[in-house]
Amino acid sequence: MVPLQWYLILAATLFCVGVYGVLARRNAVAILMSVELMLNAVIVNLLAFWRYSDPAVVVGQAFAVFVYAVAAAEVAVGLALAVSIYRSRQTVDVDQLNLLKW
Amino acid sequence: MTLQQIFFFVFAALTLVGGLAVVTARKLFHAALWLLLTFFGVAGLYVLLEAPFFAAAQLFVYMGAIGILIIFAIMLTRGIMRQDAPRFNEQWWLAGLLAIVLLVVLGWLAWQQPWTTTAAPIREDSLHLLGLALVDPEGFALPFEVASVLLVMALIGAAMIVKEG
Repeated sequence: MVPLQWYLILAATLFCVGVYGVLARRNAVAILMSVELMLNAVIVNLLAFWRYSDPAVVVGQAFAVFVYAVAAAEVAVGLALAVSIYRSRQTVDVDQLNLLKW
Repeated sequence: MTLQQIFFFVFAALTLVGGLAVVTARKLFHAALWLLLTFFGVAGLYVLLEAPFFAAAQLFVYMGAIGILIIFAIMLTRGIMRQDAPRFNEQWWLAGLLAIVLLVVLGWLAWQQPWTTTAAPIREDSLHLLGLALVDPEGFALPFEVASVLLVMALIGAAMIVKEG
């Protein structure tokens, strides 16, 4: 059996890779992809805790389902925003998106 | 080392190599393909965690729907496939430092905590239990309905945002 710690450390690593991508990438679509990495790390954590505590308690799985739903909603709205911004500004480089900056 | 642990390392390597390539790839289209590899590695981990429903959902929802949606967005915004623009902003080193500090703290917490685990066998009807819990008024019926409404609103909103004019 794989120890629980291995899953937790893997999920932590994946999450931190996502954090780096969100903070360091310039492209809005690349930032959305990094957010997907972070959400995947969260689901791995939820399912690992579900499996290694009592598997008859489905709370971990239920939360994973909700994370899936929120991730799908997030990526749909986020990519729509990216396409919409590209139409009006011809760029999705977040360094050049300063419309709301005074 | 058991067979399970070997497979864990294989899928963990796929996940992490894919993830690192996503955030460092120079071409955005390559990043999207690496993202699909990461999703596949995570699906393998779900199989090891004996959650076959989530492994299948990972393949359909993430690799299928979200992967294709991201590739569509990349192609619809042609200018972002330009190669000469720098990948990272000027605070990339600060972001890297923050990510490493976060990783050290999280890893230390996960490692030193004496988790009490029960390796109880999975019940045959665990998916059945999940389905019942999602529609049970005492369980997750309300969050489940709210999640459905959220998804519909998000899709309508996305269509509104990209509508011409």
